[in-house]
Amino acid sequence: MSSLTLTAASSAQAIRRSRTWGRRLLIAGAWLVFALFLLLPLLVVLAEALKQGFGTFFSALLEPDALAALKLTLIAVGISVPLNMLFGVAAAWCVSKYEFRGKSLLVTLIDLPFSVSPVIAGLIYVLMFGAQGWFGPWLREHDIQIVFAVPGIVLATLFVTVPFVARELIPLMQEQGTQEEEAARLLGANGWQMFWHVTLPNIRWGLIYGVVLCTARAMGEFGAVSVVSGHIRGVTNTLPLHVEILYNEYNHVAAFSVASLLLLLALFILLLKQWSERHVNANRGE
Amino acid sequence: MSRRISPVIPGFGLTLGYTLVYLSLLVLIPLGALFLKTTQLSWEQFIAVIGAPRVLAALRLSFGTALLAAVLNGVIGTLLAWVLVRYRFPGRKLIEAMIDLPFALPTAVAGIALAALYAPAGPVGRIATELGFKIAYTPLGITLALTFVTLPFVVRTLQPVLADIPREVEEAASCLGAKPWQVFRHVLLPALLPAWLTGFALAFARGVGEYGSVIFIAGNMPMKTEILPLLIMVKLDQYDYAGATAIGVLMLVVSFLLLLLINLLQRRISTP
Repeated sequence: MSSLTLTAASSAQAIRRSRTWGRRLLIAGAWLVFALFLLLPLLVVLAEALKQGFGTFFSALLEPDALAALKLTLIAVGISVPLNMLFGVAAAWCVSKYEFRGKSLLVTLIDLPFSVSPVIAGLIYVLMFGAQGWFGPWLREHDIQIVFAVPGIVLATLFVTVPFVARELIPLMQEQGTQEEEAARLLGANGWQMFWHVTLPNIRWGLIYGVVLCTARAMGEFGAVSVVSGHIRGVTNTLPLHVEILYNEYNHVAAFSVASLLLLLALFILLLKQWSERHVNANRGE
Repeated sequence: MSRRISPVIPGFGLTLGYTLVYLSLLVLIPLGALFLKTTQLSWEQFIAVIGAPRVLAALRLSFGTALLAAVLNGVIGTLLAWVLVRYRFPGRKLIEAMIDLPFALPTAVAGIALAALYAPAGPVGRIATELGFKIAYTPLGITLALTFVTLPFVVRTLQPVLADIPREVEEAASCLGAKPWQVFRHVLLPALLPAWLTGFALAFARGVGEYGSVIFIAGNMPMKTEILPLLIMVKLDQYDYAGATAIGVLMLVVSFLLLLLINLLQRRISTP
């Protein structure tokens, strides 16, 4: 009897021991993947950028073309993020507060830009507004340039970032339901008061989270912008396109210097994301 | 069209109207223009464009590498999601936060970083050269770039599902004598599979269309390492708008069919 208990105990111990080993192996695997796939590329960018010291690093960033590219990137982000934020709130509002036919189709359409290649996103605006496009002749008559100019870059950025805010808000607002808004209405609030004082505080962190993701993509979009940009230095180059031009000219140190600026922005965005995500989860837990 | 559940809450007409107008102007009409443009080609011309050997090679490469990257992510992503949800260990928070780096990092930056890393003279590329194979400028390099940019998809779709599976179920299975492998196969896998397929499909769709991170590491040799999105760019540079459009339509249709297939598979799995 006692020997039987002993064997059972020792086999349980053996199982536990193999568990800890399996566990250690899996954790080591995760660390390895992290180091090889995520950390190494990051370090390479910084190492290449600082290869010739801080002097060359900063001069690459302060060069007029780089500053013009930074300005254009800020313009594209500054226009596309607020517009898509407004759209996201409106779309999430009608999807989450009402029932209507075709709703799931609408949700699919909102997500559509995610499954379209960025290059195709650029292509469709060339087909619409390019010299040979549908509106090409009309635009030329009125001396308006969209493709190979700033408006095209903004349009392409808008297209690829359409779903971000709506996607974050829809599940959040569906979870929250309509009771609080209904209470506000019954207590005499008008539509705007209800939105400002009840809905907005409830969705605040989800909104910030969506805006952060939207900003990251708007800042870094490459394919779509590349098609409509025309690559005119200092005029229609965004920061990512500027990185490409420098890299293709074998000016690697400058390319990686500008890239490391974008990398630092990306790390900052990750921090903001963590911060807003924690608040979203805390609010959900309440 | 409208059947409101909550007549007290205002703004239905306004928000739905705004949503529809915005989506139509920005997404639907331009995408419609793409399909309309292809009708300018006759059926024979369309077939001639998409049947060209260079296009077919790019099609195989794009879908093949995207598929391979999605599978690779299926494995790596499952490992990461499992470890992050189930274990507490030093550095967990750092890894958890950094998983989203590929989404936050501009693809061009990822592209040049990976090219520098895997080029024959780069830190990893040199090791590969010594071992007798090349990573950059081969389909392997493209696959690795796609694996990087789509890394978060599987992890992020699996994490919430894994967190919701009660541990007692696994413990019960192993108490009843199931080996770890059997617990995985019969308890975890069925619960994870729908979410896994979602992550897989997202990674695959993104991989097929990805441009920025790939072109630097691909080498872009026609017939060998030229991806479909790049071929669209090449056609555009040659002012061959009809050709570019035809390839664009081909890409959209094939991706749509594959996603539909994955969707059907998922539905079959989740309703046994």
